[in-house]
Amino acid sequence: MTALLELKDVTKRFGGLQAVGHMTFSLDKGEILGLIGPNGAGKTTIFNLINGFYPPTSGTILFKGKRIDGLKPHTVCRLGLARTFQVVKPLARLSVLDNVMVSAFSRTNHREEARTTALEATTFTEMDAWRDVPAGSLPLGMRKRLEMARALATKPEILLLDENFAGLNPTEVEKTNAIVKKIHATGITILIIEHNMRVIMAISHRLICINYGEKIAEGTPQEVATNPQVVEAYLGAAHA
Amino acid sequence: MSRKNLIGLLPIAAVLLIPLLTQNPYLLHMFILSLLWIVLGQSWNLLGGYTGQISYGHAAFFGVGAYTTGIMVKSGQSPSTAWWGLLFGGLMAALVAAFIGWVCFRLRGSYFSLSVLALSEVLRLVAVNWNRLTNGAEGILFIPAFTQKTYYYYIVFALAAVNLGVIRWVMRSKPGYYFLAIREDQDCAESLGIDTTKYKLLSLLISAFFTGAAGAFYMNYMGFIDPGIVFSIADISIMMILVTMLGGAATKWGPAVGAILFILVSEIFRVWVGSGHLLFFGVLIIAIIIYFPNGIVGTLVDRRTRKRRLRGAEAVA
Repeated sequence: MTALLELKDVTKRFGGLQAVGHMTFSLDKGEILGLIGPNGAGKTTIFNLINGFYPPTSGTILFKGKRIDGLKPHTVCRLGLARTFQVVKPLARLSVLDNVMVSAFSRTNHREEARTTALEATTFTEMDAWRDVPAGSLPLGMRKRLEMARALATKPEILLLDENFAGLNPTEVEKTNAIVKKIHATGITILIIEHNMRVIMAISHRLICINYGEKIAEGTPQEVATNPQVVEAYLGAAHA
Repeated sequence: MSRKNLIGLLPIAAVLLIPLLTQNPYLLHMFILSLLWIVLGQSWNLLGGYTGQISYGHAAFFGVGAYTTGIMVKSGQSPSTAWWGLLFGGLMAALVAAFIGWVCFRLRGSYFSLSVLALSEVLRLVAVNWNRLTNGAEGILFIPAFTQKTYYYYIVFALAAVNLGVIRWVMRSKPGYYFLAIREDQDCAESLGIDTTKYKLLSLLISAFFTGAAGAFYMNYMGFIDPGIVFSIADISIMMILVTMLGGAATKWGPAVGAILFILVSEIFRVWVGSGHLLFFGVLIIAIIIYFPNGIVGTLVDRRTRKRRLRGAEAVA
């Protein structure tokens, strides 16, 4: 298998604070890779590094063998790497459909084509009934789903999902779970950050656990869950 | 063309007929000023209302447009060739805009707003001091090409119509969607594949071009400009904001409604009160921001959609 995305010794410092240190991992085509770790471990920072919001302090990031570190987010998006936001960012005064159309325009200059893509993406994420609602007045569950619809409309090869299950009720969790699986079935490779252990253990092929910006474990969900360092990071040394 | 579009064209057709109904120079003058301010309001609205980039210094582009035309005539062209100033004035304004936008739009927040304010002051001082080119504080005076106001009326009407048409067209295509996305959330816009620097610049260029063209028209029509008039913060830059906010920022007809009211109120002050219009507009803009942040048209549109949604909810229940 060839790595679609590779991080090599990536470090990010904010002044004296090291948010991510010597991070090395790769994401294979067709895989669902889970990223777990306690709050503040640096998971979202890794997304921000991959997606181009921050340039790494050192290290390289490769997408299909080409360096993407230091590129702007809009360029990274056009290369085929889409993301969602943990703290959702709806374009509040635009309707759901217009939100998705905005992102569909990354692959076309024509309004009708963008509209078609947006209609497909909203149907795919089962948001049909919400299309005309201003994104700012959506309930949280729908906002999280809008993030996915928008990311899909950019027709990505890799999708970075940042806590799309957080704050959802059990029914919504089921629904989102099904949608993520459906996305994966279309051939999109997924890197997912999630705190809901039941979800991420079930959905990921592989897991990486980070703490204080460093990778402490990597392997199958089972291996990672039983790793003493991981247990210590979550529950404290007494339980390890 | 749908029936709704045809109904939308009716007011435009009515405006087109005005000079056939009246030749009263005073009335025509009022209409011409209103149309001029419609162009200014719409242009500011594209950048400030739709793209969310607030400019406190659009007088810079107005002044550059006016002076481009003025200098063309001063350097020996006849006033009638100065109509090319509408094009050249617009282009010069866009050139100045390209410079300030290229520098400022890499940054976010108030950098652009403040830089463009400084720019308009710098340009005013240049116009005052560069005597050989601009005649300095004396300003530029020439005899306008036409004595009939009807001609000016149709020229500024055409300018306003083209301006409205271009903005409508842009807002319905990809750049328009991108402008709105940038206004709502720049981080999100970037992550959805939008080159925010480039599209902010595009919005500014269109806005500055039409503002410059309006400045060129002003020079042609009034036959006199000086730095204090065309580079005025209070009378141009701030009034462009007022006109847009009063009618409704980011609405199709808001700037037009705002412009007409603005000319009407200015005239009432000029004729009956004499002075104090700036004070009045200052209080007005505070009142708008507190009570009608969406402006007149924006508030009406909101009310209508809310009613429609209520009716929709009743139908479901």
